[in-house]
Amino acid sequence: MTSRSETTVRSVRDQIRSRARSASDVCRDALARIQALDPQLHAFNTVVAARALARAGEIDRSFDRWRDRPLVGVPVALKDNMCTRGVRTTASSRMLEHYVPPYDATVVERLEAAGAVIVGKTNCDEFSMGSSNENSAFGPVHNPWALDRIPGGTSGGSAATVAARLTPLALGSDTGGSIRQPASLCGVVGLKPTYGRVSRYGLIAFASSLDQIGPIARTVDDAALALGVLAGADPRDATSAPEPVPDYTAALTGDVRGARIGVPRALLEQGVDADVSRAIMAALDTLAARGATLVDVLLPHADYAIPVYYLVATAEASSNLARYDGVRYGFRAAPGTRPSQDAPASAGQAQHPAPGTAPSTPRSALGTMYAQTRARGFGPEVKRRIMLGTYVLSAGYYDAYYLKAQQVRTLILRDYEEAFGGANAVDAIAMPTSPTPAFKIGERVDDPLQMYLADVFTVSANLTGLPAVSVPCGFTGGGLPIGLQLTGRRFDEAGLLRLADAYQRETEWWKPAPPIVKG
Amino acid sequence: MPPEFSRDQIAAIAELARLELDPAEVELFARQLGEILAYAEHVQRADTTGVPPTASVVTRHATDRADEVRPSLDRGVALESAPDPALDAGFFKVPRVIG
Repeated sequence: MTSRSETTVRSVRDQIRSRARSASDVCRDALARIQALDPQLHAFNTVVAARALARAGEIDRSFDRWRDRPLVGVPVALKDNMCTRGVRTTASSRMLEHYVPPYDATVVERLEAAGAVIVGKTNCDEFSMGSSNENSAFGPVHNPWALDRIPGGTSGGSAATVAARLTPLALGSDTGGSIRQPASLCGVVGLKPTYGRVSRYGLIAFASSLDQIGPIARTVDDAALALGVLAGADPRDATSAPEPVPDYTAALTGDVRGARIGVPRALLEQGVDADVSRAIMAALDTLAARGATLVDVLLPHADYAIPVYYLVATAEASSNLARYDGVRYGFRAAPGTRPSQDAPASAGQAQHPAPGTAPSTPRSALGTMYAQTRARGFGPEVKRRIMLGTYVLSAGYYDAYYLKAQQVRTLILRDYEEAFGGANAVDAIAMPTSPTPAFKIGERVDDPLQMYLADVFTVSANLTGLPAVSVPCGFTGGGLPIGLQLTGRRFDEAGLLRLADAYQRETEWWKPAPPIVKG
Repeated sequence: MPPEFSRDQIAAIAELARLELDPAEVELFARQLGEILAYAEHVQRADTTGVPPTASVVTRHATDRADEVRPSLDRGVALESAPDPALDAGFFKVPRVIG
């Protein structure tokens, strides 16, 4: 019998399908594991035990209806920024601490139609802003491999859940690396699909031109299985793509002969941890030994990716988060409840107003309510990004920052178009997912810029919209997981996953469980 | 771009963003936003002459949806999420705006 800690999406699904186990039994086990380990991990904001058991029971009772669904009985954890009807959805923010959405995200509908059993909502950085999960209003997630370290962010709870074998599948969302980086730091597989591949309807927006939902699982095969369920056009998301959805698992042939993998060597020489660098080079050798060809690629504008990302993403965030005003849903500050309300807050009182200063009218009671609601509802990183985004969009600075960043975004996009479509075209580009392994909780919290640099290899896939996957490719001397990132052609998740799967077949890095599971 | 923002500049941005900041936050953001923007200044070095901006990477939109009447969120359900709903009258209540 397969050890319960060795389960994958496919093995759980097949056990249920063959009636070796019931969906209820599988669900009870998942809930028991969560109860046992989550006090140490803090991966969940909300566990919906009764709802999950009711759902699993329904699958068992009407089994004939469910047997052939692709995720029948598979326990799934959702990042807590995807709306679930009747289940609290917080984005790990005080602003939405008690928010219960009246509708389901499209991905929730699709998962449930596929037979999946949602067990809970996972902890993340507040409104998906961060690289370590330390920006959650409810406290950080702990890395299952080393509890004093961060799991990565922002989908840290989802990655920790899968790494600790609490559920075989979790969904994350990725705006600048938020699926791939925590997957890398927790030793699991994380896929950010092509922009538009998965509907964003019901995803709490951070930066709408960059956000994308994707699966986190232990194997590429599982990620492919999940993507087949999640992908496809959705009339409720006008940016969702009409491209047909292939059978992603059928693409996993293990054959990478003739595949051309681009390696941006110049990029890999800067600020990459030595253990990470060694693991990536060894992974490339493995792919080459299976018949792939390694090709040098230049991404001349790669150094601009982080500044462009933090200008574009914060601008979009400041606009998206304007909706949290204490009127229609979420938190509202009671009048006069903030201790610092006597602080000078109105620009109208400033003696030397800067360009872009608001009109110097005194605030109305409504204006005060807005400002106090947002002051108390948002945490420090969210405020920092709203401030930055507001500034770069403001009159007099728009051209210098936001427009300039969008132009450089075009240059980054052209770099990738050249690499994938030029005379010397490649099928994928390989890099580390993260330049370092998981760092200690608290190590970077006082230095936001240092924190932003954690995203140096991941943000380009969001700026370009290209699909990218992180696959476990080694451990540091200290036993921390390392991830290989492969970026693919637009809407060619099948080709990307074939490479990643072939690598996984040849290696065992994805197999060991973190100590917390054995203990 | 100055390496540090003045307190007045931070207050002006906060007003635009409808955020009430306490004095410690004003100090912190004056320093941190300056540092982040100094780093973001790197983008100025890229030659973008004649380069169009990219606002979205959507290459092909889904076909327009049919213009059909479909059920939407019930008004009462939508109002239930509000901090101060007027359920019977069917609107959201906010603090007094007009004297």
